Amino acid sequence: MVRLSLIPFLALGAILVAAAGGLPPVGDPESPPATHVSPRYIMFGHEETGAANLVTGVLADYRSYDTLGETTVICVAGLACWLILGSRSRGDKER
Amino acid sequence: MNFAFGSPALDAASRLMTPFILMFGAYVVMHGHDSPGGGFQGGVIIAACVILVRLVRGRAGGWNLSPETALALTCAGVGIFVGVGLLGPIFGGNFLDYAALPLSLKAGEVRAVGSLAIEIGVALTVTGVLTLVFDALVEARNDG
Repeated sequence: MVRLSLIPFLALGAILVAAAGGLPPVGDPESPPATHVSPRYIMFGHEETGAANLVTGVLADYRSYDTLGETTVICVAGLACWLILGSRSRGDKER
Repeated sequence: MNFAFGSPALDAASRLMTPFILMFGAYVVMHGHDSPGGGFQGGVIIAACVILVRLVRGRAGGWNLSPETALALTCAGVGIFVGVGLLGPIFGGNFLDYAALPLSLKAGEVRAVGSLAIEIGVALTVTGVLTLVFDALVEARNDG
């Protein structure tokens, strides 16, 4: 069973390695992520968000909806940890 | 945690360090706008302080959060985030649009205040969750 599972594992690895060749080089100014919204963030980020730290400006302002999702995920994950790991000590009969 | 690693030396060292760790955590949360930092990082630092006190003095020690309080903090953090977001539509903007807040400041500064509010919410959530996970792991170990 372990050997069988190696086959999809290696196939997936081969696909990933082959696809990595198509990635743009690091720091390429013409790559898709560097041409869409990044120039606006870099040029107007400080005056629009009032944040000297661009990372916070993007995370907490431009993409705060994304950060709201992250916070909710962390909240739910912590809740799940507490409910699952702590169920024994709270004396829950059903598991 | 039913037992503590407490000894006079550890106790004195943790009492010495605790206020500075808390202060640094608050600094990282509030200064995230101008230097590396933010709600996630600051929340982790504050949670590390809570866990340090738990390790040294046990659950009974001092101002420790109970898991239920940590749970309430976690949910309150998300609530602050959503609440600040909802202030936007109330004052005639978009959801999470801090520029709509009725503060007599420059546009960028208003947004900075809004961001600070949600960073505090994020920090509360992260602190609560990490405390909760630590407590859950300790309880599971004690009883299993």
